[in-house]
Amino acid sequence: MGYPHKSHPRETPLLTRYFGEEEARTLDGWKKRGGYQALEKALVMTPAEIVDIVKESGLRGRGGAGFPTGMKWSFMKPGDGKPHYLCCNADESEPGTFKDREVMRWTPHALVEGCAIGAYAIGAETTYIYIRGEFTEPLIWMDRAIREAYDAGILGANAMGTGKRIEMYVHKGAGAYICGEETALMNSLEGQRGNPRIKPPFPAVSGVFGQPTTINNVETLAAVPEIIMKGAAWYKSMSLSNLKSTGTKLYSVCGNIRYPGTYEVEMGFPFGEFLHELCGGALDGRKLKAVIPGGASVPIQTMAEADATLMDYEGFVAQGSMLGSGGVIVIDDKQSMVRVIARLARFFAHESCAQCTQCREGTAWTTKILERIRDGQGTMEDLDTLLDLADLMTGTTICVLSDSCAVPVVSGIKKFRAEFEALIHGKRVHPVLSAVA
Amino acid sequence: MSRPVMGGAESPDVAAHDAHAHEIEPHVPVFAAAVRNELDELLTRYPTKMAALLPALWIVQRERGWVSEESMAEVAGLLELTPAYVKGVVTFYTMYHQHPVAKYFIQVCTTSPCGICGAEDVVKALLRHTGGGELGVPSADGRFAVIEVECLGACGFATPIMVNDEFIESVTPANVPDILKRLA
Repeated sequence: MGYPHKSHPRETPLLTRYFGEEEARTLDGWKKRGGYQALEKALVMTPAEIVDIVKESGLRGRGGAGFPTGMKWSFMKPGDGKPHYLCCNADESEPGTFKDREVMRWTPHALVEGCAIGAYAIGAETTYIYIRGEFTEPLIWMDRAIREAYDAGILGANAMGTGKRIEMYVHKGAGAYICGEETALMNSLEGQRGNPRIKPPFPAVSGVFGQPTTINNVETLAAVPEIIMKGAAWYKSMSLSNLKSTGTKLYSVCGNIRYPGTYEVEMGFPFGEFLHELCGGALDGRKLKAVIPGGASVPIQTMAEADATLMDYEGFVAQGSMLGSGGVIVIDDKQSMVRVIARLARFFAHESCAQCTQCREGTAWTTKILERIRDGQGTMEDLDTLLDLADLMTGTTICVLSDSCAVPVVSGIKKFRAEFEALIHGKRVHPVLSAVA
Repeated sequence: MSRPVMGGAESPDVAAHDAHAHEIEPHVPVFAAAVRNELDELLTRYPTKMAALLPALWIVQRERGWVSEESMAEVAGLLELTPAYVKGVVTFYTMYHQHPVAKYFIQVCTTSPCGICGAEDVVKALLRHTGGGELGVPSADGRFAVIEVECLGACGFATPIMVNDEFIESVTPANVPDILKRLA
């Protein structure tokens, strides 16, 4: 059982091992646990050596895309005479995903240390940690950790007495899911509306303030200090399936499940065992029906697919979905899938930045149709319209928010069509919730 | 393991500002004395003045409870932007209040993960116990306003609510009266 419950023997707690320990949140407590030794070690290495270790470890971006972190860092060219920036993406707004929040609440210094190492490796003097505005408590802890690190000389113009400059600031978002998209995040950081930018240019060429920028997720950066301390081979050895997905992964589990919370297991862990044993399976008298394994924007899995999945980047794809952010939404047989999907669509419609027509109009129209079906007013034609719309909304916009809305709709209709048709034909297949609707 | 409210962090004082207060003298600048110094310090963090816009608006909201047109114009002047630009940014983000809100502004997450765990019933209970008003409309005594919001990022602790700056997890219809009593 993951935090806030007792750790399960089958978990491999690295990033989560101090969750729940008050003392670990302070600088002294963090140092007692070996904190900042990795930064000390890194600062006497060359940036290229650090990038090589991270490359060799196989660490991939934990925000959703899974891009190799070391390779991303290698796109930055220290010494090119330009100011470089590191942005930590702590705008965790994907429904189902709350793991980064827990990292910042319980081990804020792990993130400060990871950011400092990352900044040095890419030649950035300034790091911005962009935290969503709703995360009031992580904001408190990150502010405090950075202040402690400055006071102790770990950050600043002469970081750890090495003569290297490492500045770090928290930047607070103001309520916009789209700001988790990296180019929207950069716009927001610059004081603009959070509209995504067309790529290229990619951030490593022209990022925040027009300068070379690397954007990494919280979990990715927090994993770096351990990799520096224990080496690439050690990290790489943590994989139960293949060498493309290495290390541990945090999963935030929510929905209709006995023990919701944050779990950490090695890549390649069996998803069936994870759901039924670590997370305790369904609540009393219910059966699990479906899972959205990687945050709201990945394809929905049936339980048969979930039970056959190995939890890594390739494993989820092989079973028709994606690892994404690791936000696992569990749905039991009490729920109407139409209702669940309609509510997800409403989220995307609300959060569209409205820049692209397909997204602005498509998410709103999709929501309208789904809510009509949910309320028993749908037609069979509506299903075709939804699929046509999803097609128009995929791959045609500046960012992937539009695609993200289409994904649960298409997978939902494909895998749970009977529930849509039953509502269209006036059958109350889910008496509990259709009564509420 | 027991899970402390706010994970043991110092709880922000939910009554720290009276968000219901109108700007009695909207022409009185927000950025004077210590608040101005705070902005000056912020400006050292960024290579452009414009980048301090979101933090500056947060300061306005902390000081005044909401962001008025006058405040937007003041921020625009300080950051060398136009008031129209600032308004364009303010209206993009959902967390800046463009009107005075109730003393206790309660945001309830009803996105799918919380929705399937009963968030709608929490909304109903909050509305009932705060005076039966409509979503977003202050209660008759002006003390409470309840709104639904998209994902608050605490899906494992359904249903999370935010009362001003305080985050409260695992809210059920049954514990709504106790939460409201604590605020009273």
